[in-house]
Amino acid sequence: VPQRGYIVAVVGTAPDGLLGELAAIVGRERLVAHADALRAYESDGLTRHRATPLAAVLPDDTAEVQAILRVLHRRRVPWVARGAGSGLSGGALPVADGVLIALTRLRRVLEIDLQDARVTVEPGVTNAEVCAAVTPSHYYPPDPSSQVVCSIGGNVAENAGGAHCFKYGFTTNYVCGLELVLADGERVELGGSELDRPGYDLVGAVVGSEGTLGVVTKVVLRVIPAPEAVRTLVAFFETPSSAGEVVSEVVAGGMVPAAIEMMDALALQAAEQAVGTGFPAAGAALLVELDGPDAECDSQLARVQALCSAHGAFEVRVAADAGERDLLWRARKSAFAAMGRISKSYYVQDGVVPRTRLPDILRQIDSLSAAHGLRVANVFHAGDGNLHPLVLYDSDAPGEAERAEALAALILSACVEAGGSITGEHGVGVDKKHQLGSMFSEPDLATFQRLRCAFDPAGLANPGKVMPTPRLCGEVPGPYRRHPLEQAGVAERL
Amino acid sequence: VSGDPLTPPGETASPASVAEAAALLTERSASEIATRLRGAATKLDWGTFPDAGSEIAMAELDTRRLDSLIEHNAGDLTAVVGAGRSLATLQQSLAGAGQRLALDPPLGRSAAATIGGVCASGDSGPLRHRYGAPRDLVLGVRIVLTDGTVARAGSKVIKNVAGYDLAKLFCGSLGTLGLIAELSLRLHPLPSQTATALVDATDPAALARASTIFSKAPLEAEALDVAWRHGQGGLLARFAGEAAPTRAAAALELLAGEAALQGEVRDNDEPLWETQRNLQRAHEDGLSVRISGRPSRLLDALRVADALGATLVGRVALGLWWLTFDPGADHAASLEHLRVTLAPLKCVVQDAPPALRARLSPWGERDPGLVELERRLRVRFDPSSLCNPAVALGRALAAA
Repeated sequence: VPQRGYIVAVVGTAPDGLLGELAAIVGRERLVAHADALRAYESDGLTRHRATPLAAVLPDDTAEVQAILRVLHRRRVPWVARGAGSGLSGGALPVADGVLIALTRLRRVLEIDLQDARVTVEPGVTNAEVCAAVTPSHYYPPDPSSQVVCSIGGNVAENAGGAHCFKYGFTTNYVCGLELVLADGERVELGGSELDRPGYDLVGAVVGSEGTLGVVTKVVLRVIPAPEAVRTLVAFFETPSSAGEVVSEVVAGGMVPAAIEMMDALALQAAEQAVGTGFPAAGAALLVELDGPDAECDSQLARVQALCSAHGAFEVRVAADAGERDLLWRARKSAFAAMGRISKSYYVQDGVVPRTRLPDILRQIDSLSAAHGLRVANVFHAGDGNLHPLVLYDSDAPGEAERAEALAALILSACVEAGGSITGEHGVGVDKKHQLGSMFSEPDLATFQRLRCAFDPAGLANPGKVMPTPRLCGEVPGPYRRHPLEQAGVAERL
Repeated sequence: VSGDPLTPPGETASPASVAEAAALLTERSASEIATRLRGAATKLDWGTFPDAGSEIAMAELDTRRLDSLIEHNAGDLTAVVGAGRSLATLQQSLAGAGQRLALDPPLGRSAAATIGGVCASGDSGPLRHRYGAPRDLVLGVRIVLTDGTVARAGSKVIKNVAGYDLAKLFCGSLGTLGLIAELSLRLHPLPSQTATALVDATDPAALARASTIFSKAPLEAEALDVAWRHGQGGLLARFAGEAAPTRAAAALELLAGEAALQGEVRDNDEPLWETQRNLQRAHEDGLSVRISGRPSRLLDALRVADALGATLVGRVALGLWWLTFDPGADHAASLEHLRVTLAPLKCVVQDAPPALRARLSPWGERDPGLVELERRLRVRFDPSSLCNPAVALGRALAAA
């Protein structure tokens, strides 16, 4: 029985013989086909969308992934690959008439080569495990808040960001090579340990493609020397706009902090209840982290402190050591989970605006929130203009979930109008596919599809995601040849 | 049309708008005329292989009238620019606001290289050490396909994952998928000052050790380069900002254990880096080869450069090196020796005299499965093979 407020896909039935063929590859114990057991895979972090796949398979290695995809390709059965299932856009939502490929068992760290600053892992390895594998001499910067659970394969699919993007960039700036199994079961190596191998930048095309171009079975990551020093401060302000002014001045002053994060009053209140940071009640908190050479960090920290005071910060806390820094970060990184303390349900969005438009967009969010009668807590990566408005609602109240979605959609429209994007790091998935058309025209979408068709002409990889409407590929075009009737002058091409 | 990719094509058109470019490509497609895309023509032969596309009637599209600075959002550190603007002109415009595009490839004859050409060729210079390649700095593109489709990908903001990242795909595609007409770019502040720690060496092993020390240290250098020719050379680490001279001096102290190395700090350091950039290119009828290397194999690369009488420059922490050969030597034999000695590292031909191209694969052996995927990609974007047909990317080469 579908629960109220959830979007549940119809349950399908496996075609004859499919389960047997899959079991022959992975064995009965790594094939999940019972409806109860399949519930573990029915959604990702966007729990409002649910579907039960025909089956889930848990391959152990690349060869098994290839064998599985060959079977599915021959039978034209669609599939969805899944990492830790912590994504927030429904990118790993199963399809009811397809198979879910869970990559959790591909979790070997294959090589740690700090001489050449490379780490090679299987996709099921978590982000935090990569960070731990290279510390303390090296550093892997992308750090989504879910880093303890989220997998590198998922990070690659979504081009995951995190709090340190403003200085260090995103997953795509750190992936050098991928092993990819195409939908027909063929295995290709894209890029590699070295930079600029000959050929198209297919690594760049696959990172962030949300599982629609194939299954990544191996990832070569670049890591960098760990910064010499790290300084973290949190400043508290009466209003978000005062904090916003500090952000503008920091950037205008040529500083490039490792992180500039902001939380508003509601987000602070929730975090305080959840993790007890002992922060004062404030209209906004601004977290600034500086890293790099010792001498530079200290002078920049002094400049940031002075700017905070000049713009009315009533309290500034500087972390004295790593323990205190973790404490300051805990409030920020627990912000999503903390919403449970102040609201039954929440719906998180991921819009981006040009950084200078942050004050405008925050005002618009305030008025949209008032107009819809729903509270919105704001947590955001202020340095790169990436907002995470959390729309709070009661999933048991009829119609509230829909109102929350409508409100969130209006926030995204405002972001696009301000020259920004509907998603900075969470991906389009199913969640925002209907809004992709607000950023891109029909010719843009048709051009995206050309890429997808080059990799997966049968349209089996994660169907129904990213693109607003289903599209077919058609045959691989050959060289243009005039039709015999044209040549004979009998017909003209219009 | 002869096999020489630099043979002047039938007609050159210089559209003044994206719409004009689209109309031109549509019209030529209807007549089955292929188009060679060009900016300042400083790297026009890169990736070409004389047998590819030689039977097709060819005309040219010159991007240099698509040269406007469409937006410069100084507060957001972003810009949108026409592909035909010269990179030097773009940098001048941005410098007025104390900003730059942190991309410093060699600019070619008359410093004329366009931003579109630099991105289409994926070229970069010493700043790549800290700021990345074109693919890392291009936020979005507006492209025109041979059937006249005008499409955008990416965005104008520094963080965006909506839609496929075609900007990265087009960077380095050598014009084989379509025309890059406009680019949206991430900018960085211009540094208040720079200083370079310059280390002289005559012992390649000592130089390689010093490179490792610098690569692994948390220096946050702007650039970290090597230069080597005929048994001598050096290591260069460039620092930016108020503390640059102090940081350069501190870097030299890391090499105190290397008695054979002499170091000094240079404040007026731009000429050093101009030289580094220019040494990535061959002159006249010379050969230049880009090597996708690994930092730990620098010593091998230095030795093979000496053995072949070549000049080497490169990014030590990234493992990217350029070898240039003076005219006159047996370039085909040198390239073969290089590829064998450094295998499995890939050695990509950049500059080469036309007569040599017919005898060289631009990139050596490649995985056939990958080439097939590239072929499928190219044919999806340009079904009739009318876009830069002389460039061999996305094609299986006849045995070279």
